[in-house]
Amino acid sequence: MAKVFERPKSLTDKPFHYCPGCAHGIVHRLVAEVMDELGVQDSTIGVAPVGCAVFAYDYFNCDMHEASHGRAPAVATGIKRVHPDKVVFTYQGDGDLASIGLAEITHAATRGEKFTTIFINNAIYGMTGGQMAPTTLLDQVTTTSPYGRSGDREGYPIRISEMLSTLEGVAYIARVSVHDIKNITNAKRAIKKAFEVQLEGKGFALVEVLSTCPTNWGMDPIEAFKWLEENMIPYYPLGTFKEVK
Amino acid sequence: MAKVLMKGNEAIAEAAIQAGCRYFFGYPITPQNEIPAYMAKKLPKIGGTFIQAESEVSAINMVYGASGAGARVMTSSSSPGISLKQEGISYIAGAELPCMIVNIVRGGPGLGSIQPAQSDYFQATKGGGHGDYHMVVLAPATLQEAVNLVMEGFDIADQYRNPVMLLGDGMLGQMMEPVEFSAYEGRDLPPKTWATTGYDGSRQRNIINSLYIDPKALEEHVQKIYEKYKAIERDEVKVECYNCEGAEIIVAAYGTTSRIVKKVISMAKAEGIDVGLIRPITLWPFPYSTFSEWADREHVKAFLSVEMSMGQMVEDVRLGVDGKRPVYFYGRTGGMVPHPDAILEEIKRIRGDV
Amino acid sequence: MAKVIFDEERCKGCELCTTVCPKDIVVMAKDRINSKGYHPATVMEMDKCIGCAFCARICPDVVIEVEK
Repeated sequence: MAKVFERPKSLTDKPFHYCPGCAHGIVHRLVAEVMDELGVQDSTIGVAPVGCAVFAYDYFNCDMHEASHGRAPAVATGIKRVHPDKVVFTYQGDGDLASIGLAEITHAATRGEKFTTIFINNAIYGMTGGQMAPTTLLDQVTTTSPYGRSGDREGYPIRISEMLSTLEGVAYIARVSVHDIKNITNAKRAIKKAFEVQLEGKGFALVEVLSTCPTNWGMDPIEAFKWLEENMIPYYPLGTFKEVK
Repeated sequence: MAKVLMKGNEAIAEAAIQAGCRYFFGYPITPQNEIPAYMAKKLPKIGGTFIQAESEVSAINMVYGASGAGARVMTSSSSPGISLKQEGISYIAGAELPCMIVNIVRGGPGLGSIQPAQSDYFQATKGGGHGDYHMVVLAPATLQEAVNLVMEGFDIADQYRNPVMLLGDGMLGQMMEPVEFSAYEGRDLPPKTWATTGYDGSRQRNIINSLYIDPKALEEHVQKIYEKYKAIERDEVKVECYNCEGAEIIVAAYGTTSRIVKKVISMAKAEGIDVGLIRPITLWPFPYSTFSEWADREHVKAFLSVEMSMGQMVEDVRLGVDGKRPVYFYGRTGGMVPHPDAILEEIKRIRGDV
Repeated sequence: MAKVIFDEERCKGCELCTTVCPKDIVVMAKDRINSKGYHPATVMEMDKCIGCAFCARICPDVVIEVEK
């Protein structure tokens, strides 16, 4: 019998430190599978900043650069401008991209920087223990929205994909999820597309992946995917928001 | 007031509330997360405002605004976040505004680690931002002292219209100790007639600003600020001298490290070695004269600065000792904590030399 | 015939794989725990496996390999 499914080469052998059922692990594998399929493992440079994926340099089997919180798009810009022929991606969480790094991602997008961003939206800060993120939903309880997020006190959740898709320099933006097999398939397709857009030099590409945080949501992994489907997708509709032909 | 067992971060937050702080702007970063979480829970219940800003840069500028508007305001962070606040702190000092900034220091540089460290000493005391300015830097060694220093720190900030920093570390922030919030009567302070409260004609317009396009005017402004700093250096130094009388070696240490040194002092005594401790509580204004006076004493042969860094306060100790005695350094960094045995070993090595 | 191989030491017992198997044969091995203390996922009735890899594709820890 032949192997029909195995660990992608673009992942190292190191076990993930993520919590049980955390969607980071699924997305890491999808990105690595895409790198294998496009044959770009040896020409890819990944940028991971602060957040649960801060240890991504242990997991992606390619050159990696550890950025400070929120600054991955700036670091990636520096790398891509030095190596325009290489493949550059950032892998960022919602605190990193939508909070402290909102200026950096916005300007990288509007400059049309030719790198790919994988944006993990799990509506909370994971690594620091469950604080409110810019994508935390209304009424969601976190350690810094203990009474449930309210519009007039904590402000409203940000729809990053829609916002960035208004920018000229953007070539491709899609929002996907990984809460079931059908969506995992779509997510991989979108991630592959986002890398292909880079290879074709069309401009900035971003895939927003709705994800879970079982630990800080206080749910088991199966409940977490259910909660994602019932609560996050209505506010963060899936789909392609921009695609330059 | 009864004692209550509290985690350091939460005791610091409660002390700020008891000192009348009703505005807190922060951002998540380990190991200080309990401070914003505590404020998020408590402030809304007492008419206060908590905001998790989009970044530490934004948080310090929210502090800048609230302070300029006359409020008692605080922010907290840990090393990398404090680096992001440096520009804002320089503005706050330049505009002569009061605020409390809490740094629960962690291993550095860069992303570093999340364990305790003291490697932000230079940044705190020599000014991490641009231009001539100082923060008053308070370094507690116990949670009770942290509570007391926060409460007094707000008064110092208001009295001198200057930012005040509480310099803790990951251990102080995360450990629990019994603390008491006794009624702190506080200093009598002038009203904040300079605050932006709305120009209704009853006073001149209030402008919070640090721009002086005419260099002569800026120089005068900075020199005026430095008159304040002279007064602070004269009146606000806090230092503890422990077992220095008759001591052969005096160790300089602050915060968590000073507690370890007190253990070493009892270990040394058991071996007939007389060791003392000078513990700066205000890291700025630094107790230079205390070191100078003890350096004049015949029985004092040498000084040893022990820090959780590669050696930063040791430079100020040398300034204080002024060449009268040799000054050595021992430290661990990156989040590693010095072990009493290693410090005692160092003391014995120095005695061999001296 | 198809086969799934579980690297039991990597499993964190999240049970996501058990929710997607079209043949409903992926279960948690209640008779043992791995060195992290989790009951690892496993398949008892391997003969029913169709090698679709659904379990492998939802696994967050790349525990599962599939042969066909």
